[in-house]
Amino acid sequence: MPENTAIAGATEVEGHHEHPPYQRHHFETMGQQNDATNFAMWLFLLTEIMFFGGLFTAYLIYRNWYYPAFVQGSHQLSIFWGTLNTAVLITSSFTMAMGVWCAEMRKKSALVLCLVLTFVLGLVFLGIKSIEYHEKWEKHHVPGLRYNLDSFLNPASDHEVYQEYHDKPLPLDMARHTELYFFLYFAMTGMHALHMIIGIGILTFMIIQAQRGAYTTGHVTFVENFGLYWHFVDIIWIFLFPLLYLISRHAN
Amino acid sequence: MSNHAETEHHIVSPKLYVVIFLSLLCLTGLTVAASYVEMYSFNVVVALGIAIVKAMLVVLFFMHVKYSSKLTKLTVFSGLFTFMVLIFMTLADYISRAWGRW
Repeated sequence: MPENTAIAGATEVEGHHEHPPYQRHHFETMGQQNDATNFAMWLFLLTEIMFFGGLFTAYLIYRNWYYPAFVQGSHQLSIFWGTLNTAVLITSSFTMAMGVWCAEMRKKSALVLCLVLTFVLGLVFLGIKSIEYHEKWEKHHVPGLRYNLDSFLNPASDHEVYQEYHDKPLPLDMARHTELYFFLYFAMTGMHALHMIIGIGILTFMIIQAQRGAYTTGHVTFVENFGLYWHFVDIIWIFLFPLLYLISRHAN
Repeated sequence: MSNHAETEHHIVSPKLYVVIFLSLLCLTGLTVAASYVEMYSFNVVVALGIAIVKAMLVVLFFMHVKYSSKLTKLTVFSGLFTFMVLIFMTLADYISRAWGRW
């Protein structure tokens, strides 16, 4: 190994123009390396679009098939928590974007602050999500595990929701399909939350690295690409929120 | 490769980030408010329309696509296009299976 680096070092002095230590040897310029990495990150995000795309398509089709069940299932969600979580996630996207700017400007402590804020807001999002999940558990609305049709066969028994929506009782066959709504609810928000957990894990690593000054040397690729991932997760939520929480409010 | 046009690294200013952030919050408020107004089938259209505008703001500015290379723009577009194929081909199948038997 030391031999190899010595040779690489020697050729560099002879032939190549000088380049920063973080430029990979097979790239001609930093610009080329940045373009290639950016392209690769977007290709990964495309696979993510298609991954969530399958869930969105399933939601679209089942919502059309079992419309009344999906409407009443949706009435069980709290618009308050959903809105608050949307605001939290958008704010975390903003702090992440500011983090990228700080890295570009080589502001080390500001970058650490932005990353920590993003990390904390990510945790707040998951905290609120777990409050919502807990409520589903309490009300026996966890498909396959702990499910009860009372809220849909006899909506008046579910006081809080009934006061808001005055839903009519669903026939048994349709009421059973509310389980499908909650299945998709948990699958979509759960996969989204998993992406958040992975993101928070990477953020932990990044905060340590940023403190050591790893991203404020002019090489911002890692922060930038993580930013793309984080914003992507934000976009998924931007669509989940209206589809799961909002659009069924007036549908009866 | 020397004639390969590399993108100049454009740094988006914090001011613009703040503007986008505030617009996203406003649009969130708007979409919640709109859901409380009875618009029949237009509730879905309005909610998804606002979501698309929000997503576009995030993609163009937070994700820097507005300032990115043509390659990146094409990549993003092809992703959306493939997603649209997924949606429309699937729907075309479901709609036409029971054709005339609704």
